[in-house]
Amino acid sequence: MNTETGRHPGLNLGSGHAEAHGEAEALVFGFWVFMMSDLVTFGLLLATYVTMLDNLAGGPGPKDLFELKPVFIETLVLLTSSLTYGMAILSLKHDPGRRLRPVLAWLGLTLMLGLAFVAMEAKDLHALQAKGGAPQRSGFLSAFWALVPLHALHVAAAALWLVAIAAQIWRFGLDTPVKTALLRLGVLWHFLDVVWIAIVSVVFLGGLA
Amino acid sequence: MTLAGLLDAALGRLDWNALPFWEMVTHPSASSIINGLIASGAAGIMVLGALVTIWALTRHRLWGTLWRDWLTSLDHKKIGIMYVVLAFVMLARALAEASVMRTQQAVGLGGGFLSPEHFGQLFSTHGTIMIFFMAMPFLTGVINFVMPLQIGARDVAFPLLNSVSLALTAAGAALVMASLLFTPFSIGGWSGYPPFTETGFSPDVGPDYWIWAVTLSSLGTTLAGMNFAVTIYKKRAPGMTMFRMPLFCWTALCVSILMIFAMPPLTLATSMLALDRYLGFHFFTNTGGGDPMLYANMFWLFGHPEVYILILPAFGVYSEVISTLSGKKLYGYTSLALATICIAVLSFTVWVHHFFTMGQSASLNAVFGIATMLIGIPTGVKVYDWMLTLYRGRVRLGVPMIYAAGFLMLFVIGGATGIVLANPSLDYVTHNTLFLVAHFHNMLIPGLLFGMLAAYAFWFPKAFGFRLEEKWGRRAAVSWIAGFILAFFPLYGLGLLGMPRRTVAFLEPAYLPFTLIALVGAGLVLFAFGCLVAQLVVSIRERDMRRVPVGDPWDGRSLEWSIPAPAPEWNFAVLPKVETRDPFTEAKEQGRAYRSPEGYEDIEMPRHSAVGPIVGIAGFACAFGLVWYMWWLAISGALLSLGAMLARGFARDTVRIIAAAEVREAHESWLAMVRATPRIPRHEENTPANLGHAIPASQEEQS
Amino acid sequence: MASQCRARVVGPWGASTLGLVLLSGCGVETFLDPQGPVAAQQRLHFWQVTGLMALVVLPVLTLTPWLLWRYRDRGGADYEPRWGFSRGWEIALWGGPALVVAVLAALLWINTTRLDPYAPLASDANSLRVQAVGYDWKWLFLYPDLGIASVDLLAFPAGRPLEIELTSATVMQSFFVPALGSQVYAMGGMSTWLHLGADAPGRFRGENSQYNGEGFHMQKFEAVAMDEAAFEGWAQNAATASALDTAALDALEQKGVASDLAHALDRPSDDILFGGLPDDLFARVMAETAKAPMAPHDMAAGR
Repeated sequence: MNTETGRHPGLNLGSGHAEAHGEAEALVFGFWVFMMSDLVTFGLLLATYVTMLDNLAGGPGPKDLFELKPVFIETLVLLTSSLTYGMAILSLKHDPGRRLRPVLAWLGLTLMLGLAFVAMEAKDLHALQAKGGAPQRSGFLSAFWALVPLHALHVAAAALWLVAIAAQIWRFGLDTPVKTALLRLGVLWHFLDVVWIAIVSVVFLGGLA
Repeated sequence: MTLAGLLDAALGRLDWNALPFWEMVTHPSASSIINGLIASGAAGIMVLGALVTIWALTRHRLWGTLWRDWLTSLDHKKIGIMYVVLAFVMLARALAEASVMRTQQAVGLGGGFLSPEHFGQLFSTHGTIMIFFMAMPFLTGVINFVMPLQIGARDVAFPLLNSVSLALTAAGAALVMASLLFTPFSIGGWSGYPPFTETGFSPDVGPDYWIWAVTLSSLGTTLAGMNFAVTIYKKRAPGMTMFRMPLFCWTALCVSILMIFAMPPLTLATSMLALDRYLGFHFFTNTGGGDPMLYANMFWLFGHPEVYILILPAFGVYSEVISTLSGKKLYGYTSLALATICIAVLSFTVWVHHFFTMGQSASLNAVFGIATMLIGIPTGVKVYDWMLTLYRGRVRLGVPMIYAAGFLMLFVIGGATGIVLANPSLDYVTHNTLFLVAHFHNMLIPGLLFGMLAAYAFWFPKAFGFRLEEKWGRRAAVSWIAGFILAFFPLYGLGLLGMPRRTVAFLEPAYLPFTLIALVGAGLVLFAFGCLVAQLVVSIRERDMRRVPVGDPWDGRSLEWSIPAPAPEWNFAVLPKVETRDPFTEAKEQGRAYRSPEGYEDIEMPRHSAVGPIVGIAGFACAFGLVWYMWWLAISGALLSLGAMLARGFARDTVRIIAAAEVREAHESWLAMVRATPRIPRHEENTPANLGHAIPASQEEQS
Repeated sequence: MASQCRARVVGPWGASTLGLVLLSGCGVETFLDPQGPVAAQQRLHFWQVTGLMALVVLPVLTLTPWLLWRYRDRGGADYEPRWGFSRGWEIALWGGPALVVAVLAALLWINTTRLDPYAPLASDANSLRVQAVGYDWKWLFLYPDLGIASVDLLAFPAGRPLEIELTSATVMQSFFVPALGSQVYAMGGMSTWLHLGADAPGRFRGENSQYNGEGFHMQKFEAVAMDEAAFEGWAQNAATASALDTAALDALEQKGVASDLAHALDRPSDDILFGGLPDDLFARVMAETAKAPMAPHDMAAGR
């Protein structure tokens, strides 16, 4: 195989490692397939939410519960974290190999933004509960609580993974497993953006419309 | 906290009442004693089986071998074999349960011996096991073993993930087994319809067992599907284009895609049911704005593609078996591949036909009914394609072919009754009756199970290096076919008479003759299973007279037959270059088979890993803890599982290099042996002369 | 239960099966021996589908054994190991089943539309309105226009269409009278509809076909088609029974079959009739089944 054409576009695994590029390709593709499976989960949860919109059982509805301002800020934070993650991947590709690696800085920033998102989500959910919006209250709220916190849980899991990868960088440097792991985490991170946009459109904007 | 309080917290909801004999000891009555004895007997057999296994492993000092060579192995062939072993163990239990149910219904006029509750557990475990822990492991195992060999790969794309998938499935199976000892299991059927399975109506642990067993299996299956799909997309040997793949690989690919997209609805449905039961959510409750119809939709959004997950691999097996045992090219390869794709796509568009009677509009029902019928077209094409493969072939009626022939004839009958059920207006009078039960058993026994048993007979020599004994195999195949007919055709009649499924007892004397015939059929099926056991024992004992070291006992057509039997760890000493369909047949006919390769290279194979078994044990612990509200156990299991995965991220030394010299030596000595081994014609296939070196059927002289 | 033997019709499942049914004699109730217009149409459709499917099935059943024999190894028949495609066969293989499915689909559309359980039956007579409530494990039949109710007994005049509204006071159930035709689910908190009818007076077995627990197999009822006069008499007799009061409703909600209910209500027989209905009972059962539960923290507060 021609080593140049077989190279993974997002990685600098070295030109002599055709097989490593092939494996990275399979790994990222496999993870992408996994995300497609996850997409079905979120799609169904969104569908469930829509079918449950009227199942209020006398409880509060979207207009009583949702506020757009925190959602807007959360959206900004999450989208910015995707940008910083993208910067991390770019600096990974052109990693100078110095001690103070820009990739780590970008990853750190991404982690902060991700955790900030999760924290804001948690605060919102707590406020929702205080307003009588507990998941046990109605079918509508059950659907909401299965969807939005699941997304936040995904972000939290992605953050945990990010910490684990950072620890691997600390231990092994930027070796091939770390690089492919970062690529896969990237797929997840951007995927969660897409899902969040869908949630904002359907759950918050759709619910308030 | 007192010691008693601590113990209570540790044991959660688990107490003496969970033991299968407790009821009959504390509240003896005729019914509780009979049911208690049956349940304790079943639990006793399981415990005894486990003890005997432990004793045998210890006695023969096999623990190390079991751990190193099997449980922690990432070799797709071994993982495949372990899946199949799991399937056979679970098949034994579910068959035994079926026989008890058949016996009950045979004496069920106005009573019988089983309590309704016991009967409910039997049909629920039977269905759950047969689908999730017999059929799924069996087909996953066969795909695992065969598919990488057929596409010329050394392993699946993600060997560790493969081991994790197996472990999750096994953990689910173990949970169902645990419910024998710590009762009860759910009585809500394999589909677990709420609101019946909600806490309001089923407050005991039964549905929780079902939820977590199915969820574990569902997760394992999703991961397996991803793994297979990526393997087929990315790991094919040079020249192995999609349309050169054996048909089995096409079915494996379609099944993988179905697994990826159809399992999430199931995971979600069971998770939502769990949220309802554990945290008081209102997804599927009658109350609080819940909607049980949502569950029906989600479950069958999984459930219908699942039907094709079950059936398509068997279609692949039949394609291989019929073509190979007819000594002939598969008729209509492109049609068969396209038909497989059509079926996979259409399978997502028909789920409403599982609940035509839920009150939706006539036109919606009609649309889904017609979509269902459309699946009949590609399926019909397949059946005729297989018949045209027999046409102008030289057909050997070996064990796999007996299953295939039984399948062809019985499957079309099941298909016909499926078309009946696809008509909403006819479904209104057959839904929820034994007609439906007869129909899906008609699809799944001749369809799936015969296919898997054919695969077992067909590829066994490749896995273990010797053929299975033929006589017991034929007895098993014929008894399976006859047993199936006797056990299930009467159920069609009962269904037309309006007998509901899941009925422990009945008041209609007219049902009795049918249930009696079905009992005879069940007996025959048990006999068939006994034949399979006898066949295995005889085959192992007499393995030396059935060895096929050259590796091609059936004059095979695809790449897996071009390597030794049993296949070496690395499958192919040198990755094959593929130029046509049926590459091995082509090579044999042109005299290119068994040539020394130009050179050897080092081979990278994955090292063993304990992550799979650890995740499996942790998954079981977590699920068992959740079932019994032992929160400490559930949390420890979850953390252990998470920890194993995080730790794995730090593993760097994950591959093992097999030196080119070692590969050369093994391969060249095998090639030397091949050259020294006489080739045999097909009619000596089942004689000791068959050492796995075949004269291609097309070059065989027949007068 | 069934007063006459009707074993002549069961069908194509082999002479032996038919013989067994004949041997076992009475009590066979199926849409294949239809007692009403819905089941009659379903029987016709069933045989049409079965006949069409025979066109597909019979060639396989006959040709497979023939192929296995004709082309057996060393049987001396023609052998073409490389033959794997024929344009003509391809067209026939895809076209044949497609044609059969096209005909079947047309039949499906016609019958599904005609036999829509929600559509009233075509008839000159006024339909009788009945509301059926599924309990564990018995059926309550309300006659809102007559102000009477019965348990596990669905009496109605033959020749007049039945308009049944269904709900469940418990889990999902399925209302099914095999001799009359279609079944439909009854679900808590919502209602579904079913239209049936009987051609002539008779007693038919009815059941719940959706598993709902230990008493499931006992949840049978009798659908009794009467002539108009007999039904009048039955209704008048029912009107004299005691009313369906709160005590009776509570007793209905207890798990148990009809005889348990009779015992609880201290009624003499299994024929449990009620002579007076509260207003909008059906709607009340629906609302009660779906009522919002108290939120957990409210319960803790003792509300």
